[in-house]
Amino acid sequence: MSDASLGKETIETRVNTDLTRVSDYFALLKPRVMSLVVFTGLVGLVVAPGSLHPVLAITALLCIAVGAGASGAINMWFDADIDAVMERTQERPIPAGHVSANEALAFGTVLSIASVVLMGLAVNYVAAALLAFTIAFYVFVYTMWLKRRTPQNIVIGGAAGAFPPMIGWAAVTGDVSAESLVLFAIIFMWTPPHFWALSLWRDIDYAKAGVPMLPVVAGRDVTRRQIVLYSALLFPVAVMPYVLGYAGVFYGIGAAILSGLFLVLALRVWRQKDEESAKQLFAYSLLYLFLIFATLLGESLVRTVI
Amino acid sequence: MARDDDRHKRQRIRNLAVGGILIALVILFYLITVVKMSGGAGA
Repeated sequence: MSDASLGKETIETRVNTDLTRVSDYFALLKPRVMSLVVFTGLVGLVVAPGSLHPVLAITALLCIAVGAGASGAINMWFDADIDAVMERTQERPIPAGHVSANEALAFGTVLSIASVVLMGLAVNYVAAALLAFTIAFYVFVYTMWLKRRTPQNIVIGGAAGAFPPMIGWAAVTGDVSAESLVLFAIIFMWTPPHFWALSLWRDIDYAKAGVPMLPVVAGRDVTRRQIVLYSALLFPVAVMPYVLGYAGVFYGIGAAILSGLFLVLALRVWRQKDEESAKQLFAYSLLYLFLIFATLLGESLVRTVI
Repeated sequence: MARDDDRHKRQRIRNLAVGGILIALVILFYLITVVKMSGGAGA
């Protein structure tokens, strides 16, 4: 091989490495979690009474997305040791050696502060305070305190993922109301069965990393019972927007059917005790949350047009 | 020679990325300022 072609190859490799670095930084923001957070935040924005200028609404969503992503980056910095052990997380940028832990911490910290400051200056201080609280809760309460200490880690820690619709709501109204708390409660009740369904077939991975997930500490039967319990509690919470009058009949019926099916699948996990039913519940739980919030969003948009 | 080209190309990509982000932020801050000053912040 000639020197020239060798040089060209090196350039291409390095350029690719640069682009990979950009995608590594993007991966630090946990884009899949971010998309869910942006979606539920958008629903909070649209469903809330009142209006917000589209530029400020986009800014609020951007702040929610960046704040959530930043807390994900700090989470990856702190959890780099267990991410390296678990099969599911081994390819994350830090354990893969693409980004150093300190770079991830700096990246996450800068973006956290920037997102909260921008939210406060551009939108309002209540939304900014809620965003700051969400980031702090995810980083300090869930990541640093609960995750490695208690099998109830995702029950309490799940609250961090439940805040975005409240932040979206607060961006419009400037306050926290019962209606926005119900949106919070839906995600809060949804989180444990969603993650425990996953942990039912990933429990060996969690055990290897020393994370006290419920199936690792209390066993799979207890986990299955808890899944059924939270799925049953999810039902009344999910229909609450209709009961409180800020969602219509279409949502009410839809939420009842979707939550009923959620409970049926949870009961199947409990009865069949196999991996397949847990995988089905996990897949359905993702669809469930999307459909619940999409129905709320669709109904609200239709009401606005009519 | 090849090393210089390589370094320049990498710097260009990085500069373009940072420049793009900065321009997007300037546009966003400009729009926010216009909206805030016109009092069209909504509820």
